[in-house]
Amino acid sequence: MPRLSVLLIRTALVYFAVGFTLGCLMLVEKAVRIDPVLWRFFDAHVEFLLVGWTVQLAMGVAFWMLPRFEGGTSRGNEPAAWTAFFLVNAGVLLAGLGSFLGLPQAVSLVGRLCEAGAALAFAVHAWPRIRPSPA
Amino acid sequence: MPTLTRWLIKTALVYFVASLLIGVLLAARDAFGLSPALAALMPVYFHLLMVGWVTQLIFGVAFWMFPRYSKEMPRGREGLAWAMYASLNAGLLLRALSEPMHAATTAPFWAGVLVVSALLKWSAGLMFVANMWKRIREK
Ligand code: HEM
Ligand code: HEM
Repeated sequence: MPRLSVLLIRTALVYFAVGFTLGCLMLVEKAVRIDPVLWRFFDAHVEFLLVGWTVQLAMGVAFWMLPRFEGGTSRGNEPAAWTAFFLVNAGVLLAGLGSFLGLPQAVSLVGRLCEAGAALAFAVHAWPRIRPSPA
Repeated sequence: MPTLTRWLIKTALVYFVASLLIGVLLAARDAFGLSPALAALMPVYFHLLMVGWVTQLIFGVAFWMFPRYSKEMPRGREGLAWAMYASLNAGLLLRALSEPMHAATTAPFWAGVLVVSALLKWSAGLMFVANMWKRIREK
């Protein structure tokens, strides 16, 4: 497994563990009313699990497994994939933590823009790799 | 394909169908003005979809395909992985049942079941991460 996939998948697992923990706390709060402040984790829960976990894991596995170039030695445009890694994590943190920390709406907006940029960078990386496997 | 992977993926497929049927029911509520109480199925719908289907499918494929844990234990501690499966699905089913029941009644019983379901799912998540962490590495 290439280093970038290790980073993507392990980061995804961290978001998964944190996102599950926040969901668990909100669900317990829903059942037995500990402290409504726990609902401030809502955006982080959604952002961490939908994008930080599911999307980032898919990117990690795709980077690892898609057909390679030059007799299997090259994964093509790696800088684009690294850009996607940095952007997706900046995006998840900004969009997930902005409302929790009571930051202005613009912070969540910038986060969503980073996530969209990550999608674009990843598409640029993966596009030429979607092809018949070399013999 | 290991036995646990087959259980995970087939169970995931059942949740896939079930959650989309609940999605149909939610759309029918909007279209035909059915009981507003059905809104309590919203979180059930997408947690069955995202945890029961997407996440469980990922777990099944990862358990099968990720690099080996070690020569002796290629897939890590299998007992822990089975406990994860049991805990995840017990948590999912109990939540699907108790979340709408808790919305509809104030019985402390359902609040208790909801708490148990949250803890079951959470511990399943931790078991998965613990078993998988070392398998995600170069080589
Ligand atoms: C892959 C895993 C998960 C994903 C993708 C996910 C996604 C979501 C999303 C999108 C919402 C927002 C619903 C809305 O718009 O109203 C939500 C709400 C919530 N989630 Fe999760 N979730 C996951 C796992 C969990 C787990 C494991 C728990 C608890 C143990 C949990 C507890 C909650 C609670 C309590 C809410 C609020 C429900 C409400 O509106 O009353 N989630 N989740
Ligand atoms: C991968 C596929 C899907 C995902 C990830 C997904 C995710 C979601 C999420 C997160 C919401 C909550 C939005 C909110 O908070 O307002 C939602 C709402 C909804 N979805 Fe899906 N969905 C998927 C497929 C489907 C399908 C196939 C159907 C229909 C058969 C469906 C029917 C609905 C309905 C009816 C609602 C709104 C319920 C309401 O507000 O009354 N979804 N979906």
